[in-house]
Amino acid sequence: MKNHYLKLSGLEPLVITPQTNFVNVGERTNVTGSRKFLRLIKEENYNEAVEVARAQVEGGAQIIDVNMDEGMLDGVAAMTRFLNLIAAEPDIARIPVMIDSSKWEIIEAGLKVIQGKGVVNSISLKEGEANFINQAKLIKRYGAAVVVMAFDEAGQADTYQRRIDICKRSYDILVEKVHFSPQDIIFDPNIFPVATGMDEHKLNAIDFFKATKWIRENLPHAHVSGGVSNVSFSFRGNDKVREAMHSAFLYHAIKNGMTMGIVNPEMLEIYDEIDPVLLEHVEDVLLNRKPDATERLLDLAESFKGTSEVKEKIAAQWRSEPLQERLTHALVKGLDEFVEQDVEEARQLVDRPIAVIETYLMNGMNVVGDLFGSGKMFLPQVVKSARVMKKAVAYLLPYIEASKEASASSSAGKILMATVKGDVHDIGKNIVAVVLACNNFEIIDLGVMVPPEKIIETAVREQVDIIGLSGLITPSLDEMVYLTKELQRLNIKIPVMIGGATTSRAHTAVKIAPEYTSTVVHVNDASRAVNVANNLLQPNFKDEYTFNIRSEYHQLREAYLNRSKSKEFLTIDQARKNKFKINWDDFKPQQPNFIGVKTIEVDLSELEGFIDWTPFFQSWQLHGKFPAILKDEVVGEQATSLYSDAKKMLQNIINEKWLTARGIVGIFPANQVNDDDIEVVTENGLEKFLTLRQQSKKTEGAPNIALADFIAPRNLDVQDYMGCFCVTTGFGVDDKVKVFEKDLDDYNAILVKALADRLAEAFAEFLHLKVRKEIWGYAQNENLDNDALIKEKYKGIRPAPGYPACPDHLEKPTIWKLLNVEEKIGVTLTENMAMYPAASVSGYYFANPESKYFGLGKIKEDQVRDYSKRRGITNEEAIKWLAPNIADA
Amino acid sequence: MSNIKEAIKNRILVLDGAMGTMLQRYKFEEADYRGERFANFPHPLKGNNDLLSITQPEAVKAVHRQYFEAGADIVETNTFSATSIGMADYHLEDLVYELNYQSAKIAREVADEFTDVPRFVAGSIGPTNRTASMSPNVNDPGYRAVTFDDLKKAYQQQAEALIDGGCDVLLVETVFDTLNAKAALFAIEDIKEERQIDIPVMVSGTITDASGRTLSGQTVEAFLISISHIPMLSIGFNCALGADQLKPYLKRLSQNTSLFTSAHPNAGLPNAFGNYDQTPQEMQQLIKEYLEENLINIIGGCCGTTPEHIKLIAEVAKLFKPRTAKEKIC
Repeated sequence: MKNHYLKLSGLEPLVITPQTNFVNVGERTNVTGSRKFLRLIKEENYNEAVEVARAQVEGGAQIIDVNMDEGMLDGVAAMTRFLNLIAAEPDIARIPVMIDSSKWEIIEAGLKVIQGKGVVNSISLKEGEANFINQAKLIKRYGAAVVVMAFDEAGQADTYQRRIDICKRSYDILVEKVHFSPQDIIFDPNIFPVATGMDEHKLNAIDFFKATKWIRENLPHAHVSGGVSNVSFSFRGNDKVREAMHSAFLYHAIKNGMTMGIVNPEMLEIYDEIDPVLLEHVEDVLLNRKPDATERLLDLAESFKGTSEVKEKIAAQWRSEPLQERLTHALVKGLDEFVEQDVEEARQLVDRPIAVIETYLMNGMNVVGDLFGSGKMFLPQVVKSARVMKKAVAYLLPYIEASKEASASSSAGKILMATVKGDVHDIGKNIVAVVLACNNFEIIDLGVMVPPEKIIETAVREQVDIIGLSGLITPSLDEMVYLTKELQRLNIKIPVMIGGATTSRAHTAVKIAPEYTSTVVHVNDASRAVNVANNLLQPNFKDEYTFNIRSEYHQLREAYLNRSKSKEFLTIDQARKNKFKINWDDFKPQQPNFIGVKTIEVDLSELEGFIDWTPFFQSWQLHGKFPAILKDEVVGEQATSLYSDAKKMLQNIINEKWLTARGIVGIFPANQVNDDDIEVVTENGLEKFLTLRQQSKKTEGAPNIALADFIAPRNLDVQDYMGCFCVTTGFGVDDKVKVFEKDLDDYNAILVKALADRLAEAFAEFLHLKVRKEIWGYAQNENLDNDALIKEKYKGIRPAPGYPACPDHLEKPTIWKLLNVEEKIGVTLTENMAMYPAASVSGYYFANPESKYFGLGKIKEDQVRDYSKRRGITNEEAIKWLAPNIADA
Repeated sequence: MSNIKEAIKNRILVLDGAMGTMLQRYKFEEADYRGERFANFPHPLKGNNDLLSITQPEAVKAVHRQYFEAGADIVETNTFSATSIGMADYHLEDLVYELNYQSAKIAREVADEFTDVPRFVAGSIGPTNRTASMSPNVNDPGYRAVTFDDLKKAYQQQAEALIDGGCDVLLVETVFDTLNAKAALFAIEDIKEERQIDIPVMVSGTITDASGRTLSGQTVEAFLISISHIPMLSIGFNCALGADQLKPYLKRLSQNTSLFTSAHPNAGLPNAFGNYDQTPQEMQQLIKEYLEENLINIIGGCCGTTPEHIKLIAEVAKLFKPRTAKEKIC
């Protein structure tokens, strides 16, 4: 299985995968682009020239472009000497080299001195096919990737058509005649200036974007690069406008498939931070959106001139913002000048120094993360942000350690932390390490790019209690899988915590956890890490905790596997043939004690015991299972205080009747008809529930279930029954919320809403029990405690429309009609079928002991069409309602 | 010539062990190195093991024979240092073609004595004693004692003679500087193109210590990427480390390549006297772990290994299926 990723190397690999955001090529070691570098080379001041290269790498360059094309220089000698010198600097040589020259002899000199796989920039068809083939063959033999300029015998490509024609021709020659690996071909489809005032330059940016997109779609595995600063050539001297143009250009170029580029990170504004008016004008020019776009930008640009003045003004401005904004600004912009000052100010405001990290700094880093994730910030800028973050954390560390010494004595446990092999991202890991250390854990931090054997060897030698693995890039996921496999093979039983931006609970559950018989837990954020670590190590409930994690991941895995198999589908007719089969010969549905519709009155005090508290804490971002959460090291205190507030308010709700519980339930004779529908008999005639059937291809023997399968088919002459219900505890909530909000008491306003939600769920649980034991009475002898109810250990189910077994919200109007819900208890449906008041629950009752909860998964168009006919709506309407469950064609 | 490309698909191929270790047992003196032909050569020749292919061919052939008898599928020619660069130390640059041709020829002759299963001759192409991407002068990091073009020329001469002498495969080995290897591979590609032949190429790098890098500083993955432009039969590691120390790097390599993999580790790490103490049984046990973990297609020994080592390695290799290749991004 060979992949087609562009792989380059210095002392270390650089692999460009579809997940790679954008590869930033450092451009300062270029005599044509940097006067300083030219002077250093001319003066043979190679020591300082090497420092320019080092600054590039430290600044986040992932490839270093070296260009010695200057008339007065011996280019071959300069290229050779400089590359030899940077080869001796491991922190520079770790990244690949881009040998940048228009002269073949300089390119070849460069190829002869790099041990890694670099990039030649560039060759083209300018001097004909024979020359092009010859150079490409040699580059291949030296072992480098190549940038190909969109240039041919007739000149440089300056239209969309010329660009794609030349690139296509070049690609075909390289792949078919030279047998060049297509992933090693990087096209430069020419970035030309815009807003030059000349009409023929209006499409320069758009044509580049279009050509980029075309190349990525039509020339398999090839990449696109370019020198970005060209685009703003006509605004020389106006850095503000140039920076905005570069960012906007990159933003659109990357969206169209540009994978790498020569960019000066210092000449790059953050896309989201571009002055909106300026951005609009810039994009008008780039995208040629207005006939007078150039004139408009030129006019506007005037106001950004004298940039130093403007910059100072802007600088002064941000310093007067509130503290959080200042810190966020510093992190996003990578400015460390004031960070210690601001962090000190923040420290004075909080109880514990660690809270500065948990709140102010994390808020800022979240903004950075969002901007990066959405492609609006680029790696060099993120590296700068990380530097500011590190400075801030470093400033706080002595305070944090002092406060730790004051509060605690012995270690809570020993935790090994490492960013896995091939990954250099350690911000998150460092934060987690700090937070854990502050909570009394002893941390062994192995740093970044830690090979698995080192992790294992250290874990065993140091007898750690937990191994914490972190990673940001996708391949790190495989590293984590590999590491757990190794732990398993070596019969090691240390629990593993997984964290980092690319990791997920799903991936952990599906890919990592199954490899290891000991525990693997995914950790979402820094504060959660402490909770998890405590749970993993507390002798009293660690068994329960690991059991819960295990079953949680097991469920997740099942759900995922069902989904992933859904790539193969049955037709709806095939699915119906594979329905869930109940042997109706052996089973006689129990006749309900009550048939018809009745409203249910209940005192709120009766519901209290049915409350499932775990989701209540989740709604407050406090994660952990109730009641263990109350003793949680991190959130325990807060959870306990919240719980006590909640209990107090609950008593008030009950005693002072803030809320009213109203419910309605109906039980009806019912039979399955036409495979997927359930016909119910009411006083006013027949009604039909429509159910949806699983359509993904199952493993041998597993059925394609629809809820209708749990009801006896009409043609068997077995009388069956089903029920439905709606409960609410939402009336009265709004009034109370208003009272609290008037007092500016958001806390209690949210609390009362959260409690109402819990009470509605408790009511549904209560009513279901009552139905099982009395109203229907099919489980009169049931005796389950609340824990067992939460774990759904009862017979029969109460699925709710809008949830996995029956995602069709259009079933709700049927329930409303059958039970006359609106008139009887006042709960209404919005146009999108949401229940009002929000603290309401509705659903069906199925009594068959074989009935079970399941997820519908994805369905196909044939079922959607069939459903729309049954529902009496157009296919379009059906698609709209069922969209989340319709499989991609 | 049977096809090694076919054989490697069907079984784990066993490479021979150390040549130098075996030749040491003969305790050759200056006169033995010289033989009749170089009796009056004006420079000392003792220690030039590659020269023994000409002056003591029976001894070299005997070593090859012992390895084949022990179960090796492939023996390496006695040409580790036989380039104009390596031979310059002995003032024997002019003998390079003959050295390589003769070494290949005698190995071929011994291989052809065995008719049970196909036996192969690998032309050993060493790293030379100079590095193209590092300076030997700490005060001048930009200096290079050898250039790409020097190396390419030297390797071209060696490879041509090895092919002429009857090698089945070329083995660019003990790569401590990837740029040296790139020069060798460039030369081989030139020959292949010029002669319109497709001789298979094996490449074997050297991880020098626990840093997990080559002497020239590359990680396993960077090394692999840097030479992957060349069609290779196999890629692997040899020398510097024993089988146990080598294993993590071999694993990383094995995970990241769709090529066949090879390993010929030393018999452990050298003791205080520079000798290798690892017994054949101990090494067999370590190699068994490689096999159990599906890491290799070609297995042999480097410094300190003997026909006894190879015998036990061959025995255990028979019991396993060859590694099936996969590739993931590194």
